[in-house]
Amino acid sequence: MRAFDKTPLAIVVATTLLLVGFFVFPAWLSLMVVTIIAKALVVVGVVVLMRSGLVSFGQGLYYCIGGYAVSLGEQVLQITDIFVLLALAMAAGLVAGSILGLLMSRYREIFFAMFSLALSMILYGILSRTQSLGSTDGLNIVQPTLFGIKLATQQAKLLIYFTTCVLAALVTYAVHRYIRSPLGYASMAVRDNEIRVEYLGLAPKKVFYSNYVIASVVAALGGAITALNYGHVQPDMAYWSQSGEFIFIALMGGTSHVAAAFLGSAVFETIRTYALELAPDAWRVILGGVLIAIICFLPKGLWSLTQFGKRSGSSDWDRVVDEKDST
Amino acid sequence: MSFLLSILIDGLIYASWLFIVSAGLTLIYGVMRVLNMAHGSFYAIGAYTAASLVGWYFNHDELPAFGSFAVMALGAIAVGFVAGLVTERGVLRFLRGRDEVVMVLVTFGLLLVYEDLIKFIWGVQSYYASQPYSLLGSTDIGEINFVNYDLAMIGVAGVVAAVLWWSLNRTRQGKLLRAVINDRENAVALGINVNRLFMATFAIGAGLGALAGGLSAPAIAVNPGLGVEVIVLAFAVVVTGGLGSVEGALIGAVLIGLARAAAVNLWPEAELFVIYGVMACVLAFRPRGLFVLDSARKI
Repeated sequence: MRAFDKTPLAIVVATTLLLVGFFVFPAWLSLMVVTIIAKALVVVGVVVLMRSGLVSFGQGLYYCIGGYAVSLGEQVLQITDIFVLLALAMAAGLVAGSILGLLMSRYREIFFAMFSLALSMILYGILSRTQSLGSTDGLNIVQPTLFGIKLATQQAKLLIYFTTCVLAALVTYAVHRYIRSPLGYASMAVRDNEIRVEYLGLAPKKVFYSNYVIASVVAALGGAITALNYGHVQPDMAYWSQSGEFIFIALMGGTSHVAAAFLGSAVFETIRTYALELAPDAWRVILGGVLIAIICFLPKGLWSLTQFGKRSGSSDWDRVVDEKDST
Repeated sequence: MSFLLSILIDGLIYASWLFIVSAGLTLIYGVMRVLNMAHGSFYAIGAYTAASLVGWYFNHDELPAFGSFAVMALGAIAVGFVAGLVTERGVLRFLRGRDEVVMVLVTFGLLLVYEDLIKFIWGVQSYYASQPYSLLGSTDIGEINFVNYDLAMIGVAGVVAAVLWWSLNRTRQGKLLRAVINDRENAVALGINVNRLFMATFAIGAGLGALAGGLSAPAIAVNPGLGVEVIVLAFAVVVTGGLGSVEGALIGAVLIGLARAAAVNLWPEAELFVIYGVMACVLAFRPRGLFVLDSARKI
């Protein structure tokens, strides 16, 4: 028997707290919360891919596509409505992901990592050399509207914040359900041994493909939110170090639960903010050291700390993952 | 005609530089199965070392100017060798047998750490060490003027390739290395001291990376962030050629070097695009690169 799933309840509670929080938080904190969530959304995609054993070193590709979709939607299509813009970005991620996914689902391990890196660097190369797309300076984004109503700056901030929180909650729940669906479980089986899974009558390619497309869509959504939040996009969103950051966060949080992405993102952003402030010359040493320490001592990420002593309560599948990773 | 010639020579110069950077990277991967992101840091360390040494050398007028080449190259190799040794002994040996992708991330962490260490030692200002660059003069080929230092890079790359080939194919240690590259488990079973080989390979690979940095220092401004730019280029080369294969790195470097030179001359906007475009095209048809190392199927 599967234990009672507490995740939906936790999502509702966390979202409510965050929504209420907006009225309490200082402005910089609510800005940071949106940043954390936007990045975490991309990381959710990275985690979905990681569960099938693929590490994408090019998730910045879709992050960037999402951001530019918002900007171009405003400038070319004259759309300013926040929901239409976000939908547009997700559609762009979906289209790009489903086309490239056909190619990418053929690759595994380090070749997948390197190929995805190449793709994102190609986009970076194109964007940073195209004058009409703003070159390396990027593009600006004007404040979004809601159902055609123009908003004051403070109202727009509230709108972005609320939309982000609610969308993140929906995505988290959807991906959580996906991970616990037959296709989601098949991901882990594929990671263990692709050939055996094939003998059992499943199509590993289908598993990789659907994971890839899901990852692209959520990454595009994350990019779109970042674009709206900062009011600016630039080609650096597709640069490899940005993609590296997403993997970093994914490892930090762990891959055993969707919410781990949010935990990882929050810790990462906090460490970076304080490391930058306290030791501006050594923040990379701190980040790099933390990364290596986590890989050495917490291979299942920070999320495994929250599971301490709860092992009997988790489902059989979680234990399978535990055992595999500890070997 | 001279246009094509200039593309060819430009391409070969760039390819030589790419090959020297990538040779160490691919060697380390072949032997240790570690795709070493910190290779970019070794490159940067080599460049900074060379720039400092050249600066020091040319402050002593009594020394013969041509000696600067030796000081620069040997200094870079030595410092890279030591940095590689420290990295392998200090961190990587504790992480043997981890997943390849995990090792990419570990070395990514090392890259971040080295970035700041380099800034700590050399500061954030740019270093210029251009004296050796103009020392060899220049040559007109067709209507285009080439700096001899750049042309000499082609020769250096040739020497590096020849030495690598010779030591891998004709020496006892090289044959041991090839045994490990081809089949690590059997090599261990036959009593090869893998631990020592790993240490040596990593140090030599790092030394090669530093050599590449040292040699390019006179031609560029040595800035922070140098290593980060280089590493993804080197990745493109070794993945195109086939991870772990030195011949592959050579072919990959030539392919990418020529493609980039063609782009720079014909369609400058596509410079960055073309490097990864070549890699993507090769991977699309040969998913594991041009020269593939066999890997066992896990059943």
